[in-house]
This record gives sequence, structure tokens and C-alpha cells, in this order.
Amino acid sequence: MDEKTKKHGFHPVYLLLIVPFVALLWVPFYNRIEPQIFGIPFFYWYQTVWTFLGTACTIPVYLYEERKGK
Amino acid sequence: MSANPVALTVFLVLFFATAGLGFYATKMKTVNLSDLGQWGLGGRSFGTLIAWFLLGGDIYTAYTFVAVPALVAGAGATGFFAVPFTILMYPVLFVVMPRLWSVAHKHGYVTAADFVRGRFGSRGLALAVAATGIVATIPYIALQLMGMQIVFAGIGLNFTLNLPVIGAFHDLPLLVAFLVLAIYTYHSGLHGTAIISVAKGILVYVAVLAAVVVIPIELGGYGKIFAAADPKTLLLGHGTESNLGPQFSFASLALGSALALWLYPHSITGVFSSSSRSVLKRNAFLLPSFTFALALIALLGVMAVAVGVKGMPEYAEGYRIFGNNFAIPALFLHSFSPWFAGLAFAAIGVGALVPAAIMAISCGNLFTRNIYKEFIAPDCTPATESKVAKIMSLATKLAALFFVVALQSSYAINLQLLGGIWICQTLPSVMLALYTPRQLNASGLLLGWLAGMVAGTWMAISLQFKGAVYSLDLFGVTIPCYAAIIALLLNILIAYVVSFLVRTISNAPVRDETVAEDYL
Repeated sequence: MDEKTKKHGFHPVYLLLIVPFVALLWVPFYNRIEPQIFGIPFFYWYQTVWTFLGTACTIPVYLYEERKGK
Repeated sequence: MSANPVALTVFLVLFFATAGLGFYATKMKTVNLSDLGQWGLGGRSFGTLIAWFLLGGDIYTAYTFVAVPALVAGAGATGFFAVPFTILMYPVLFVVMPRLWSVAHKHGYVTAADFVRGRFGSRGLALAVAATGIVATIPYIALQLMGMQIVFAGIGLNFTLNLPVIGAFHDLPLLVAFLVLAIYTYHSGLHGTAIISVAKGILVYVAVLAAVVVIPIELGGYGKIFAAADPKTLLLGHGTESNLGPQFSFASLALGSALALWLYPHSITGVFSSSSRSVLKRNAFLLPSFTFALALIALLGVMAVAVGVKGMPEYAEGYRIFGNNFAIPALFLHSFSPWFAGLAFAAIGVGALVPAAIMAISCGNLFTRNIYKEFIAPDCTPATESKVAKIMSLATKLAALFFVVALQSSYAINLQLLGGIWICQTLPSVMLALYTPRQLNASGLLLGWLAGMVAGTWMAISLQFKGAVYSLDLFGVTIPCYAAIIALLLNILIAYVVSFLVRTISNAPVRDETVAEDYL
């Protein structure tokens, strides 16, 4: 760990926590019907799938902090 | 709404057996309920699994089971903002709440206002945060009472009572909901509630998973369900050059709600009752499993439209009284066999009871610690403290009852959005204060809070308490934005500017009892 990281406690892995905000607050990206899955419009399944992707973004940050003993 | 005897029996047995479990659990643990730390925080002892059930039971409320699907059924895509909301609140839980947990653990804080009192040495600011917490929670409790009322009415407990003095009393379901909640909270405290949260979690998952499998099969698949939806509301409307449109209000509702959620007294109680920081961090990626259930329940709103329960004569009375809030109960009655409908109703009923109890307990804590002990009776005994907390929690429930009667809104979700406008105004004092050692001070935060509260309440009044999206006209562009965000931006701006001015002109000593290490 370099000096700067130590000082501010910042590591690029924390950027993962911003990803869900970009993916879900940029509404025009997913406000559409196609592509559908099992007849479910994109708008609905995209957001539902993000319940899992959000978790996938958090776990690496958790593992990083546990390893650092934070 | 005539009662089906099977559905009614299953419902009554499950609902009251679960509530009874709360009393029993409390007796078993020989918990001293006259100690506020026990009644109100469960002794800060809950590990990952119990915290998962308790926080899940605490955060996913009648909002999830009744209000969100009602909005989806009535207004379409807009109602789905609850999904990004309940996803985006978890990075906030992960990053912010462990800091608050640590400093609370170190100094024995029970409420957010305790922290503000210690952090800024200001009784006035702590009072503002405590009072806001109570005021914002009342409409949220009202939403839970409404959820239980709808369940009791839907299952058939809706006969008219002829009282000698008052005359005919029609609102028996609401009265029953209130009494169940009041008696339950008074006797059980947080330990009992943690136990029934487990039962709630199981009931909810069983009911939801059955619904999303059974109903689409009956209807011939998801394709047919969405084909039956109103094409005009299936997606959000697009903005124009002069109006950012529904896509913007959707995002602002999701973000504002996500920022507001952890500030609520009942969320903070849930967070403080966890046994460590790691319990919170693990739950930041375990709790989204409840968000998945929420998304499925939101989809049930689309299914209610496809089934067409609104037009069926047997549910006409329910729709007449409760509007679209009756969509999910009607869907369950229509699609499930009577015994399973009873189970699903019990899931919604317990689903509203658990958070309502925690909300009322938290309001009791806030009043006792930050208003009663601080300003009225500083030397009261722990037993008196606990008694005052219980009486105050009853008072908040009465206020919530008044809210239900006064604001019978067509969408129950507006009650929660209203609370969100107010609670968001404590964000600078509670959350930003965890990060800004010197930039913010009590005077700035208090003025910012005041400006946010006045602006937020004014916007809510101008919307006649019937909505929470305020259309802001800025440089010729209309920005339809959740009022909580607009008020919060004003609040933060004033808080920083005034804090800066106060810091430059006066050199009053900083009264901060916390140090940087307390937050780690």
C-alpha cells in the first residue's frame, strides 16, 4: 500500500459502490421495452436483476475491508 | 367483503400465534423490560442472521407489501422507483452506518440525537433531530396501520359496531389494527420483535414466491401479463426540452428515499441493535435479497391489472374504501386457495406489525432520552425512563391513527414520501457530521435544518399532501423533483455557508466529545 492510500484509506475497489448509482439513476438507459426476457420488458427485469448486481458490487469491497482488518 | 371461514381462521391463527411468539420470547429471555437499553435496543446483541431478519422485518414494511404494488397497479412504471431505492440504500448502509455504529457503541448513544448532542454539544440541534425523527415517523406508522386495516378489512373483519353514544362505528379494522399494535409494542420490546421478524421473513417469502409462480401460470405467462398492462404507463414518459419529465422524478424519488431510509429512528434502532460493524457490512449485501422480494411484489401490481381484480364485483367495496391500495389483498383472495390466502394475509399483517412496533419503540426512545431527560426531568430513574418511553410510543401511535383518518390518501405511499421529506433534513447533522471534523457547526446545521424543514413542508402543503414530487422552475426548465432532495440541497448549502461564517467571525470553543478514532 502506498503512502497516499494509507493516509486517506481510499482504494479503487470503493469505486464499485458508485456503479449501482450510475446504473440505476441514469433512467433513460433502461426506460425501454426491448430486449424482453420471458415477455418481461427491459425496464422491469433490468432493475430486478440489479438487486443481485448491487450485491456483487458490495462483496469485493467487504472482502477488501475484512482483509485489511478494518 | 364477506369472510371466507377457512381464510379467516388461517389468518387469525397465524397472525395471533406470531404476535404471541413475541410475548413468549420476551418471557423466556428474562429480559428486564424496565431498562431502556433492553426494551429499546435489545441489548446491542444481534448477530448477522438475527440482524438480517430484524433489519429486513424493520425496513420492508406495508410500504413494500401494500403501497408499492398499489402504485404500480394504479400508475404503472413510476411505482417501480422503490426497486432502485431499495438497492441504492445498501451502499449507504455499507459506507456510512458502520461509522455511526462505532461512535454510538463507544459513547453509549441510543438515538441519532444522542450522537448529535455529543458531536456538537448542542441541545438545540439534538432537539431538532429528535423532534424531526418523531414527526417523520408518524406518517410512516400511519402507513403500517393502514396496511393492517386493509388486511383486516379484506379478510372479512369489517362489520359495523353500534356504539351507544357514538353511533355506528364503521372503522373497526382500523381500531383492531391500532389495538393489536399498541398492546403488542407495550409488552414486547425489541427482543420479542426480533423473534417475530423471523416468522415474518418466512411468511413473506413463502407468500411472494408462491404468488410469482402461481399467478403467471394462471394467466398464461409474463408475456400476457405485460400485454394486458396499459401501454401508456408501462414505461416512464420522456422529458422535453422544457421539462425533464417523469424519468427525472423517478430517479429523484429513488435517490431521496435511499438517502432518507437510514435516518429514520427505526432504521437507526435496527442498526444500533447489531453486535458489530461487520454485521452491518455483511447485511449490506445480504439484505438485498429482501429487495428482490420487493421487486417481485411490485410486479404483482402489474399482475393485479392483468387479472382485472379492480373490475370484479366482490372486490368493489374494498376498492371503494381503499382505492388501489386494495390491489394486492384482492389479488391474493382471487388467485390463492382460501387457506393460502389466509397465510398471505398473515404475512402482510405481521409485515406491517413488526416495523410499526420498532418505529413506535424508537419514537419512545427519542422522546425519553432527548426531550424528557434532557429538558424535563434530568434525574429520572431508569424505570421512569422506560415508562415514559412506552407512554410516548403509545402517543405516536395515536398521532398515526389521526393521520390515517385525516389523510385517507388514494396512494398510501404518499405517507411514506411525506416522512421522507422531513427525515432527510437531518442528513447533514447525522451523516455529514460523521465525515466533516470542522466544516460544520451547530448554528449552521440548525439554520440549514430550519430552512429545509420550512421549504419541504411548504412544498408538501402546496401539493396538498397528495404527492411528493414538486415541479421546480429553473431558467425556463421545469424540474419535477422529489421535494426531499430540493429541501436537502437548500439545507446543505445554508449549513455550510452559515457554519463557515460563524467559524470566521467567532472563536467559540468546539464542543465535540468524539475523536476521529471513535468512528473506526
